Amino acid sequence: MNGATGHTPLPGSAGTVSNGAPSGEAAAQVPPAGSGGPLSAGRPAVVIRGLRKSFGSLEVLRGIDLTLAEHEVVCLIGASGSGKSTLLRCVNLLEQIDAGTVVVEGEEITAPRVDVNRIRRRIGIVFQAFNLFPHMSVLANVTLAPRKVLHLSRQVADDEATALLERFGLADKRLEYPDRLSGGQQQRVAIVRALAMRPDLLLLDEITSALDPELVAEVLNVIRELARGGMTMLIATHEMGFARDIASRVCFLDAGVILEEGPPSEMFNRPREARTRQFLQSIVEAGRL
Amino acid sequence: MTALHGGPGQLPDRGELLGIPGSRSLRSRPRESALRSTLVALASTIVFFGVLGWIVVHAPGWEEVRSSFLNGKVFADSLPDIVAAFGVNVQLFLFSEVLILGLGLVLAVCRGLAGPVFFPVRLLATVYTDLFRALPGVLVIYVLGFGIPGLGIEGLPNDPFVYAVFALTLVYSAYVSEVYRAGIESVHPSQEAAARSLGLTRVQAMRHVILPQAVRRVIPPLLNDFIGLQKDTVLVSYIGVVEIFRQSQVVEAAHFNFTPYLDVALVFLVVTIPLARFTDWLVARDRSRQAHGGFR
Repeated sequence: MNGATGHTPLPGSAGTVSNGAPSGEAAAQVPPAGSGGPLSAGRPAVVIRGLRKSFGSLEVLRGIDLTLAEHEVVCLIGASGSGKSTLLRCVNLLEQIDAGTVVVEGEEITAPRVDVNRIRRRIGIVFQAFNLFPHMSVLANVTLAPRKVLHLSRQVADDEATALLERFGLADKRLEYPDRLSGGQQQRVAIVRALAMRPDLLLLDEITSALDPELVAEVLNVIRELARGGMTMLIATHEMGFARDIASRVCFLDAGVILEEGPPSEMFNRPREARTRQFLQSIVEAGRL
Repeated sequence: MTALHGGPGQLPDRGELLGIPGSRSLRSRPRESALRSTLVALASTIVFFGVLGWIVVHAPGWEEVRSSFLNGKVFADSLPDIVAAFGVNVQLFLFSEVLILGLGLVLAVCRGLAGPVFFPVRLLATVYTDLFRALPGVLVIYVLGFGIPGLGIEGLPNDPFVYAVFALTLVYSAYVSEVYRAGIESVHPSQEAAARSLGLTRVQAMRHVILPQAVRRVIPPLLNDFIGLQKDTVLVSYIGVVEIFRQSQVVEAAHFNFTPYLDVALVFLVVTIPLARFTDWLVARDRSRQAHGGFR
């Protein structure tokens, strides 16, 4: 789990990121927190500017600026209630934002009258509680959206889903119902379900928080493989070891703002802000890092 | 008792401490005590119904009641006609049920439409369900069954059967839409979020994700409503549909004897009790499934 793990970039997966030694467009990391400075290389996959979101009188996000390059993996860390999940849900338009803009692949998705269904096709999200459809088999869970939204034929959708399930070791579960699967298997199915829409961007919302400890690794390994394949991902997580291992950048959210961001080597070893140090200290004390 | 009695250090039984000998044995032999409670239940049941029967049989009017309600010959003679008339109730029930399931679902979905644009739709659906749950069913049947044909509009059907189905549908779809709505609301919002996050539209999410789960959950309460509907089909006799109750009135008038009503009661018991048992069985099955974390 240590920072020295350099993944060999796969051919064609430009921008795959090695820990501590970013290469390719990931070298453009670390715009100073909040400034959202221009990236020197690589088209930005996601540009978030001045994002604000309140629930009633509670302001959960108080001006978020964040840019993801294509193929970049950014981890959001921070205490519960710091706004990680809300940020992800705003990027997927599951929450209506109060102010600011979100641009995905050059298109402002927060513009008025934008077709949210078309936007969501390109942005996959995986939830903490899996949220599989309990009345459908694994295969039906995965193929529902490709068939109904992308209008693939049943045959094509089934074939593609089966290939994806095979890739993640779930081929023998394709006709099972979710209640017959372990939590780890359910979460992997949820990931496959999101991938079946061939998203440009994947949002992962504390996807291992509801799992028994022994099932966490199988899910994180799937994410590692996706990172190697060049998937752009924004990940809210409490798994600090995983974040250190996989992220090209780590953002520390505190009270609705990105208080500090940087490559994992800096964030975990030399955090600048007192709040960040305090948070990481509490994680270490809990034995999670 | 002795076998269970006392290793060293075992506390003495509370009953024995209180000076009640043998109190331990009652509690410590489950099989014996189960047999005992069965016997007690049996005895008390026999006594209860025995006394009740004695009171009825020794009532001053018993002989008259017996000959006018419990006439074996009339019972047997009128049964074929009455069973045949029940066919009309079955038809009433089947036609209305299909319409109720459809209209109830439409109402439930209308009430759940979010957004200010749909306010009039929500309002109408709400007023409808309030209205028809508040009105006694027999009033609706009367008003529709006599009122609409009374308008004398050209081309409207004259058959009271049509108005009977119409009235039952209006009344029961108000109840059934509430059952559906409870089902829809019982599906966790995260299911809709998951569906919408995949790019499904609101209608698609409702159709493929929410409704299938909602309907499965409300099958037992729906069946309960249909037990009620089955019985309420007799109400339409008031507007001249010759169904089982009307038929029994005809037989009653011919024999000057009330026994045909007993035939009706028997038919309803035979049909309704199995449905009620089946519903209870479904509820119990769902409960045990949920207890095991499974749901399909």
